[in-house]
Amino acid sequence: MDLALIPNGVQRCSLKTFTSWAVLWIVLIVWGLVSAFLVFWKGLNQTNMNHYFAFGLWIVFDLSLIALGAGAFFTGFLTHIIGGIFLYPFRDNLRAVVNAAVVIGFICYSAAIAMLGVDIGQPIRGWFIFWHANVHSMLTEVSFCITAYLGVLTIEYLPLILSNRKLKQVPEFNIFGNTLHHIVALFAAVGTFLSFFHQGSLGGMFGVLFGRPFAFREGFFIWPWTFFLFIHSSIAAGPAFTLLCIWVAQKATGKQLVTRDTFTLLAKISGWLLATYMIAKIADTIGWAYGVVPRAGLSFMDFFQAPYGVWLIIAEIGIFGIIPAIILITPKYRERENLLVIGALMNVIGIVLNRFIVTIQTLAIPVMPFDRFMTYFPTWQEWGIAFGSIGYGILIFSLSYRYLPMFPQEPELNPVEVLGTVVTDSGAIKRS
Amino acid sequence: MKSKDNATGTRYGMVVDLDKCIGCGVCVVACSSENNVSVLYDESDKTRNISWLKIYRITNGKGFPETEAVYLPRPCMQCDNPPCVPVCPATATRQDPNTGTVSQIYTRCIGCRYCMAACPYHARDFNWYDPSFPNGMDRYLSPEVSPRMRGVVEKCTFCHHRLMRAKAKAYAEGRRDIAQDEYIPACVEACPTKAITFGDLNNPKHEVSALIKSPYSFRLLERLGTEPKVYYLSTKDWVRRMADNYLEGEFIDRP
Repeated sequence: MDLALIPNGVQRCSLKTFTSWAVLWIVLIVWGLVSAFLVFWKGLNQTNMNHYFAFGLWIVFDLSLIALGAGAFFTGFLTHIIGGIFLYPFRDNLRAVVNAAVVIGFICYSAAIAMLGVDIGQPIRGWFIFWHANVHSMLTEVSFCITAYLGVLTIEYLPLILSNRKLKQVPEFNIFGNTLHHIVALFAAVGTFLSFFHQGSLGGMFGVLFGRPFAFREGFFIWPWTFFLFIHSSIAAGPAFTLLCIWVAQKATGKQLVTRDTFTLLAKISGWLLATYMIAKIADTIGWAYGVVPRAGLSFMDFFQAPYGVWLIIAEIGIFGIIPAIILITPKYRERENLLVIGALMNVIGIVLNRFIVTIQTLAIPVMPFDRFMTYFPTWQEWGIAFGSIGYGILIFSLSYRYLPMFPQEPELNPVEVLGTVVTDSGAIKRS
Repeated sequence: MKSKDNATGTRYGMVVDLDKCIGCGVCVVACSSENNVSVLYDESDKTRNISWLKIYRITNGKGFPETEAVYLPRPCMQCDNPPCVPVCPATATRQDPNTGTVSQIYTRCIGCRYCMAACPYHARDFNWYDPSFPNGMDRYLSPEVSPRMRGVVEKCTFCHHRLMRAKAKAYAEGRRDIAQDEYIPACVEACPTKAITFGDLNNPKHEVSALIKSPYSFRLLERLGTEPKVYYLSTKDWVRRMADNYLEGEFIDRP
């Protein structure tokens, strides 16, 4: 039924199989929509957040999604800005993943913004951030930059959408898509600029909280160290997440979508960035433990109480930081596919754990000596919105894969043969 | 305008004598009724109920017969260096440069709760529910204070409407200055043991300016640099020690 929409030179599963796959994720989206409706109707009492946990699961998800979506700007930066000169031998590898990175970025940012819309107590007043903007607030910078960057991502996504076989037949779309494609470097540059600041500001949001010694950091000029750590960690996790998504897509479709050396390149980039991030993170932790902490009259272990014990920081830095960094920077490890994937997955988990610790641990710790250490567990509505965003992401990625030429290497790596002849216009050929 | 070092100009502040506080809670009730604080269906949920002024019961942690307990009323600290103000993305909270008081613009607040994350004193409350005033309580609402809607943050304002009232009276009488007893928040007025004193910390005619110089005065979490304008008095060393975090050997008892 949808064969005319399938890109040239590739094969896709039947619409029936695809629909069954999509239904899985639509169920999650419906769960998310029901939860969002309840929150809009009844208020944030539908969550388990309270005066102590002013932020909860959604902020952890937001921070994580934005960090993982950094693959979009960073791959764009590598491909379009410095790829032509410094990474010339790897240009084809980067071009093979840049579309997927843009789609993943679009998904992450749109989901994060939607989630923020549910998370604020007065969603109708969301525009007040722009109208009554407080230039001193890191959250203002985050809001401006992620909104603008979602626009940039949409512009970067558009040429891919317009290269759908049917849409391409409309001359205006074709010309518009091509024009956007030719100036994509400009948007990659704008995206890099915006991303640099909002990734940083998300870290800065917590680093400036001088009333919360767990989060507070000194820094450079107006930017606390967490500003730079968040940028660094996001560009370490972004390519790893892109790698993981493509690997999962390969497993789900049973096809090779990019060459093996593309995975190696992403792992190498991600690994070295993670390794350098780990050095910076350890230095920051030591600096904090010997600076901010004693100045506040506290000791390191005061911040780690059950269930948020010291195991969290060991897991973040040791298990999900140093180990994946070693795996990904060591050629003989990253050449083994299972280790490569484990390394990328651990990298991603480590960064998500970091965002969890920065958000939840900061709020859980009592600052007043006579206050209580609090714990928090989300309600089904909070999980619903979180899982709904995952369902939305997988659905958009699947639709993009099915109907758009997302992976330029795919036709070459998976030649379609009809009666012994390779055909390039095989969109109408149903996969057996 | 107050100067940058807060040495001049009006800086309203409060001194709570913990040796006098009996933890009766009248200040809390007075505050809530004065400021149209709404009531939860389940007021026992202390992690979500609205209470601009909260009383903490703190003990010395020793067993009988050495057990001692004090009650510590905690309004907004009205910090000179408020951590909550610069973080608000929509400029919905501000510090009045003429009084030093931190206020909240309810109709501008978007409910992001970043200010709550910033405040180490938990002095800010979020309206998780639609405000409710059961059993005819709505008939007792004060026309001077706007009730808050669901989804916004609210906080102690040092009964700012009372300052407006005092200013209007002074203006009508052709005066510029307001005497100490002309403007006091509801909690101060209601306290049966006169444990709370209120006034301009920079004005030598106001009692608070002398009280804060007492060797027994202290503030909560002073080391963080928030510069609270709410001071406490206690002759008990362990109480003063509980007001902040100290490393081993850092806190020195008063002689």
